[in-house]
Amino acid sequence: MANMSPIKNPMPEQDPNVRARNFEEVTLGYTEEMAIDEAKRCLNCKTMPCVAGCPVNVQIPRFIQLIADGKFAEACAVIKETSSLPAVCGRVCTQETQCESKCTRGIKGEPVAIGRLERFVADWDMKHGNHQIEKPVSNGIKVAIIGAGPAGLTCAGDLAKLGYEVTVFEAFHKAGGVLVYGIPEFRLPKVIVQKEVENLEKMGVKIMTNMVIGKVLSIDELFQEYNFQAVFIGSGAGLPMFMGIEGEGLSGVYSANEFLTRINLMKAYRDDYDTPIRKGKSVAVVGGGNVAMDAARSAMRLGAEHVYIIYRRSEEELPARREEVHHAKEEGIEFMLLSNPLKIHGDENGNVNSIECIKMELGEPDASGRRRPLPVEGSNFAVPVDTVIMSLGTSPNPLLRSTTDGLEANNRGCLITNAGMATSKEGVYAGGDAVTGAATVILAMGAGKTAAQSIHEYLQSKFHA
Amino acid sequence: MYKIVEKRKLNDNVVLVKVDAPFIARKVLPGQFVIFRIDEQGERVPVTVADYDREKGTITLIVQTVGRSTIMLGEMEEGEFLQDVVGPLGLPTELDNPQRVCVIGGGVGCAIAYPQAKALYTAGVQVDVIAGFRSKDIVILEEEMKAVSQHYYVMTDDGSYGEKGLVTQKLQQLLDEGVQYDTVIAIGPIPMMKFVSLTTKPANIKTIVSLNPIMIDGTGMCGGCRVTVGGETKFACVDGPDFDGHLVDFDELMRRNAVNKTQETHDREHCRLRGANNG
Repeated sequence: MANMSPIKNPMPEQDPNVRARNFEEVTLGYTEEMAIDEAKRCLNCKTMPCVAGCPVNVQIPRFIQLIADGKFAEACAVIKETSSLPAVCGRVCTQETQCESKCTRGIKGEPVAIGRLERFVADWDMKHGNHQIEKPVSNGIKVAIIGAGPAGLTCAGDLAKLGYEVTVFEAFHKAGGVLVYGIPEFRLPKVIVQKEVENLEKMGVKIMTNMVIGKVLSIDELFQEYNFQAVFIGSGAGLPMFMGIEGEGLSGVYSANEFLTRINLMKAYRDDYDTPIRKGKSVAVVGGGNVAMDAARSAMRLGAEHVYIIYRRSEEELPARREEVHHAKEEGIEFMLLSNPLKIHGDENGNVNSIECIKMELGEPDASGRRRPLPVEGSNFAVPVDTVIMSLGTSPNPLLRSTTDGLEANNRGCLITNAGMATSKEGVYAGGDAVTGAATVILAMGAGKTAAQSIHEYLQSKFHA
Repeated sequence: MYKIVEKRKLNDNVVLVKVDAPFIARKVLPGQFVIFRIDEQGERVPVTVADYDREKGTITLIVQTVGRSTIMLGEMEEGEFLQDVVGPLGLPTELDNPQRVCVIGGGVGCAIAYPQAKALYTAGVQVDVIAGFRSKDIVILEEEMKAVSQHYYVMTDDGSYGEKGLVTQKLQQLLDEGVQYDTVIAIGPIPMMKFVSLTTKPANIKTIVSLNPIMIDGTGMCGGCRVTVGGETKFACVDGPDFDGHLVDFDELMRRNAVNKTQETHDREHCRLRGANNG
């Protein structure tokens, strides 16, 4: 009997007042009972509109029916047919704009909590599942993956399953990309990423850290000297953007990338690590995306008294997920909307002491379809802060395109690929932020998946023509 | 893991380590840097490569022991391992066929100036070296520098060795005597690089400085190493570390590099430039 409740089973969470001061995971996950109850809300539509909304094509109604029947291991196996990182996706995917946005139950009431169910199954599997991973029989063909983030890891996993000898080159000292340096522990515990990486290694994927391709080895060298037959570039986002306003060179101004990397990858919040970080008392985060929310909530957890989100449009246009905005507000983040920074002021030692903004109002829609924010003359105001975090997005890393002949990029510096993720250079494929500019984990995974399939077809025709 | 194959102290606060890093040794060029981590809890410490041996697959790092990570490096022995070494990062120094170059090193900055002098000298360029130190007891790389230069001038703040005075005084003296340099390379504390650049400005002598601001990844991701050069924001890790000394906003750089000094967290400063301020 279907559960006809119009709302999702809520997921237990840490109390906002407690969690705002710790780095432990905010949401605690469904119990088995909650998961089964929520699974019964699924109508098992024949047309499977939800699957069409999933970039990696997870067979959603099938796994949900298995949960309803209490068959959690089988449910997990269904997800793993198409997704290599279920515990990650269940936490950080934007389900509300993807699978859940297509759910029939969402027409009247809330959609089925697909994301929460995916997470439940993945967590159940980590705890109780059988983790015997069989190493596939090697076909002896070597493929190089550049970047151990969501795109690269997905591509590596799919190719390893097909028998390729996969080596992943990672610039940082740890694999995971944005999953380890960008997304905070309280949204995605690093032990989960570590597990997923270990699973890939069990499948025979070799991970080489501290390898900056384009510097230590070129793509041409990977082909010619190391006998790789195809290369996938998943090098991710690059240079953080700044506003170009006065005062961005002051001490206490961070890019969100730097601030979050210090905290997440380099564990600046823990006493046993040496990483220095400014623990601001009053922090302004400029920007309204998910990364801005992560930075703001991290600053709060480091002990700030006030954390402001400064965003030039209104709440409706905030690009961050609703859930993140909601969590941020619960934790006491203060939203200064329709406000745009003009200048950062410093003291005599060059430390930030305030940020000057101007009020904005919304005018006619611009090219993005959103109403253009316009400054309100004479409405300047200053907010006393000791730390400013710029979270305005990134532009792709120039390292590979500048050191690889024949690799074409568009005028924004993003690598150009066809629908199968092939670049302009033979045997070289690309996906994720390196192609799209800053986007989401799941889109990067989808691209890694598509690229793996294309690489497989390319190599099969090359070696078995 | 990267094995330390040789280690010696150059003075009480400067240590030389030769590390087994064959991939890096094969590719590195003068001016490029690496980032190392001594252990899982350690900082990512950027340091310019002082020397390399492509055959043996080793690189040489010369580091001032100022923060926890570098002090611990100083305590490590031959045969032990560094957790991580990544590189070569940054762009190599670019020189357009100079005839006569003055290479200026301040304190531990001499460690980075040395490969520059060596590369130029080996290429047949006339090289003069001016090395500046606080006092005699911390002079490093004297023999090495002498071996790769036509003239080697050592300056100390207190006059306990070589001539008493600053490197800029010696440079000014040489310029006044009519020595014609087409390029000056200055590597050391930020104030030193600033004043060398001011000294060469009137005669418009091309001046290259090597910056090593705070950075994390070294590949253009964190933005921590941004510097203002000619009014534009540049990233030392991908656009540098070498820049035109006449265009760098040194005052801003000095403030930013001092950030970690005043941090509430126990200071584990890693930037060699701040260390070099004492040298």
